[in-house]
Amino acid sequence: MTDTHCPYCALQCAMTIVDGEVSPREFPTNRGGLCQKGWTSAALLTSPARLTTPLVRDRSPDGARGELRPASWDEALDLVAGRLVALRRDHGPDSVGVFGGGGLTNEKSYLLGKFARVALGTSQIDYNGRFCMSSAAAAGTRAFGLDRGMPFPVTDLDDSGAVLLAGGNPAETMPPFVQHLRGAALVVVDPRRTATAELAAVHLAPAPGTDLALALGLLHVAVADGHLDKTYVAERTTGFDDAWRIAATWWPERVERVTGVPVADQRAAVRLLAEADRAHVLTGRGTEQHASGADAVSAWINLALALGLPGTPGSGYGCLTGQGNGQGGREHGQKADQLPGYRKITDPVAREHVQRVWGVDELPGPGRSAYELLDALGQPDGPKALLVFGSNVVVSAPRAGHVADRLAALDLLVVADLVLSETAARADVVLPVTQWAEESGTMTNLEGRVLLRQRAVRAPDGVRSDLEVLRGLAERLGQPGERFPVEPEVVFEELRRASAGGPADYSGVSYARLAAGEALHWPVVPDSTPRVFLDRFAHPDGLARFAAVDHRGPAEPPDADYPLQATTGRVLQHYQSGAQTRLVAELVAAEPEAYVEVHPDTAGRAGLAHGGMAAVVSRRGRTLARVRCVASMRVDLVFLPFHFPGDGRANLLTNPALDPVSRMPEFKVCAVRLERV
Amino acid sequence: MRRVVVVGHGMAGARFAEEVLRRDPGGERVGLTLLGAERHPAYNRVLLSSVVAGSLPPESVRLHAPDWAERSAADLRLGASVGKVDRVRRVVQVDDGEVPYDALVLATGARPWLPPVAGLVGVDGVLAPGAVAFRTLDDCAAITSAARPGAPVVVLGGGLLGLEAARGLVARGCLVTVVHPRSHLMERQLDAGAGRVLARALGGLGVELRLGAVAERYEPGEGLRLADGTRLAADLLVVAAGVRPAVELAAQAGIAVDRGVLVDDALRTDDPRVHAIGDCAQHEGAPTGLVQPAWEQAAVLADRLTGTDPAARYRGGGAVTRLKARDVDLVALGEVHVGVDDERAEVLALEDPARGRYAKLVLRDDRVTGAILLGVPDAAAAVTQLYDRGLPAPSDRLGLLLGRALPAGAVAEASPADLPAGAVVCRCNTVSKGQLVSAWRAGARSAPGLVEATRAGTGCGGCRDAVCGIADWLAAAEPSTASAVENQRSAVRGL
Repeated sequence: MTDTHCPYCALQCAMTIVDGEVSPREFPTNRGGLCQKGWTSAALLTSPARLTTPLVRDRSPDGARGELRPASWDEALDLVAGRLVALRRDHGPDSVGVFGGGGLTNEKSYLLGKFARVALGTSQIDYNGRFCMSSAAAAGTRAFGLDRGMPFPVTDLDDSGAVLLAGGNPAETMPPFVQHLRGAALVVVDPRRTATAELAAVHLAPAPGTDLALALGLLHVAVADGHLDKTYVAERTTGFDDAWRIAATWWPERVERVTGVPVADQRAAVRLLAEADRAHVLTGRGTEQHASGADAVSAWINLALALGLPGTPGSGYGCLTGQGNGQGGREHGQKADQLPGYRKITDPVAREHVQRVWGVDELPGPGRSAYELLDALGQPDGPKALLVFGSNVVVSAPRAGHVADRLAALDLLVVADLVLSETAARADVVLPVTQWAEESGTMTNLEGRVLLRQRAVRAPDGVRSDLEVLRGLAERLGQPGERFPVEPEVVFEELRRASAGGPADYSGVSYARLAAGEALHWPVVPDSTPRVFLDRFAHPDGLARFAAVDHRGPAEPPDADYPLQATTGRVLQHYQSGAQTRLVAELVAAEPEAYVEVHPDTAGRAGLAHGGMAAVVSRRGRTLARVRCVASMRVDLVFLPFHFPGDGRANLLTNPALDPVSRMPEFKVCAVRLERV
Repeated sequence: MRRVVVVGHGMAGARFAEEVLRRDPGGERVGLTLLGAERHPAYNRVLLSSVVAGSLPPESVRLHAPDWAERSAADLRLGASVGKVDRVRRVVQVDDGEVPYDALVLATGARPWLPPVAGLVGVDGVLAPGAVAFRTLDDCAAITSAARPGAPVVVLGGGLLGLEAARGLVARGCLVTVVHPRSHLMERQLDAGAGRVLARALGGLGVELRLGAVAERYEPGEGLRLADGTRLAADLLVVAAGVRPAVELAAQAGIAVDRGVLVDDALRTDDPRVHAIGDCAQHEGAPTGLVQPAWEQAAVLADRLTGTDPAARYRGGGAVTRLKARDVDLVALGEVHVGVDDERAEVLALEDPARGRYAKLVLRDDRVTGAILLGVPDAAAAVTQLYDRGLPAPSDRLGLLLGRALPAGAVAEASPADLPAGAVVCRCNTVSKGQLVSAWRAGARSAPGLVEATRAGTGCGGCRDAVCGIADWLAAAEPSTASAVENQRSAVRGL
């Protein structure tokens, strides 16, 4: 019997594995609950789809690609290393790129960043968390000087009187979390009547891409209706006047016209938050995944600051982290602009510290962000090889058809995964790696709490851990082996030193303390608290910053050719690209295929019927999906879950317009039309 | 560099300056000179009703930071007195000097219209003591300093602005009477039925109304005498009888003027170097007196004069009038004076004066072309979106009119017996009623047994009551087990 945590989302529900079966375990985050994904997670341990041998694709002399064929580990690693050495020699270190994932453990994230910068010497590393948390991270850092998704334990929500949830749908994405919202009056901001919106006291349904205007309007209402916490604003914040001058131009009647949210509902929402003894503002991907996502989150934080919530006992602002290690994954150096401990790669002091820990004299600088990296693949100045760990970009990246074309233009694509994901299927070399229950490692959940996932079962023969893969490649690239340990705890000990003194300081965390069940929220240093902002915010002056942000609207407005807007999201039964969950029979039975939610009138006008197939077409691609008529949808909006492969990929449609600060693509709104097929 | 001189630093002029500076922050393409008649820095006139209502302090409606002009590339002159425009030499007379221009932008706005009421205006053209127009920040200061709780106040004019002022003054505790010469309020935007319901709603908030009443004489310190002989006591008379575009400067310069300064889609007057935007301008497709068209015009003209988009055009737009008055949700848009019996349009109407609701929709070719929506806030917001975006209206017209779809069936909590077998009871684990029934038949004859067998209730726990309900219903069909189930209900709820 082994205590562990779920392999999927950032709630990291506690579970116990006995004889290969999982059952829920009492824990503050999930309180003994599990959703269907968690309950069925062990199915993947014995799945016949599991990869157990490396695969190699031969190319004929004219470059034509053959089929993937089994190969030995030595053959596969020798081949990869040989090609990487040649590329580096001929084209320089930045000719090799690395793409990581927010599901990787802290140890893997850390070692992957070190591998890229030390063994490959490349600046070209980023990860799929760029598509997930980057807007919230940028806005959180801007406001508070520190990005810890929830700067308080999730159980603080239990005593909250009112919670505003902007663009989050936890009833679908992390169901056991909903237990923490039972006591609060819920304000849900979502263009759709989601399962979470059904639980709301007030559901604000802004037109897609107008959340920023709505947040500005709620700040306006907070001031005009006398809810501004003037003492807090004076003592704990700076920048209110500049933020207000913009919010002043968003009076509620104007906001109603732009967003479609009635003035009365705007007032009711703010009143609920302001009159509660304790209140929280939380953001999710719905408001973050826009080309103005960082500013949108800033606008929600502005509202929270105006009401005096962040850093106040029992109240606060937080973001709902998505991927299993979405928090830890963004702290330890697999992001283009970061070094371990949430240090900035452009900070000379940070670079010197990390160089010392790594025993190297130099490090590359910042590289391209995730979409820019994918877009550059095979281009004259872009990487010619890409190593992918724990990500399925041909399904989950925006403008997925283009991303697939870029991958095809590479000299070498290497994918480490546990199953033959859609991305792995296009690789030149596939490396079969261990999964959650077959290895130990730490994860940092949505509340910044570090968790130890203990190895519970033996990995199938032929499978290696990602750490072993990195070691094997590093040695072949001429690195001393001890620089890339294969024991997770040894890697973690080095991570502790690398992170020490950084914003995300793990120096006080140890496997022993975690195994003993200690609740450790970073920074883990003497006298640290799980509620990081109670005394001061992390800017040098200790004050939080209002951000002077304004509404911009969607990057691609609808027009005569593409009159509808599409938004993408998740369903309860599937996780991310679905590479794992689409292999679990029970989950597939519940949600088998791509679908599109559409208002019955809109379906009728397009000649579509409930249950039939539709083509959803944007400037970037065409997706086939089964029609679901939903009466609560706006007539100008369609919704597609993005978990499905092939012609059903919602991301064939999405717009890679990037946020100027976070480099987040605009997943949540693009212009489309419906066609019969 | 193109020298652009803007006359007027109100909502249109200041916005135009911001739009130019956004496109040309360093002032490399355009040299801006901004001439404002008022001594105040630019402020947001739309928010003056909030200042009158006391919800915003006057300093909070400023549009720019105090050092905005110094930090930007614009030459801002407040309290400037513009003499005349010499179009031949292309100069504007300002105070004692001249400012040359390559392009001139008139954003002179509008002035309050003062009705012909004896005693209201002195020979010098200045309002008599105790009478205040409702247009400027100084007006606001005069209004709020006189608006003490319990003070009798008369508002002259039952249009949008007058009603916003009246609502705000009631919130300050004043005894407010609105005098309006027409038979119903906001007659430009509302039909008679909506006017009646609005009057009743405002009455409920404490606003006295005198409709069809003509003001005859204003006596400072006393009040207002109406044509029918009624005397209305007033410590304060707020004049909100409408505005007129300020066109004198243009007219003196020989520029074509009708009601306002005539402009084309490029916002040019008949002199291609002279432009006009906002309340002073008259464009055939633009509604008057609203901020939205002024801002859209500012953006278009900035595109043109900075060279960002020389082909930019202003095409006009629909008029959406939204009353800014707390607890009164009123939107009027498009064509509203169409009767329900008009055969060329589809017209729906609902009149519910007792609850302050009035809703009217005018549709042509499935599109909303007009609406009055009072007291139905959800519908007001939704219909405005359909109108602005030119979207086809949903076929559920009644739902559209009321702002929400009517429930398809009975709203009473459905009995488990009525649920279809495929109905999902537990979302977190995708457990249907049918699966629960099957589990029961397979031997899980208790609520905890159903949970154990199906995982229903083991996610967020939100369906535990429903699972218990199904267990009760199943047990009722087998009376011998009913008491056992009852004993286990609390155990399950406490899971």
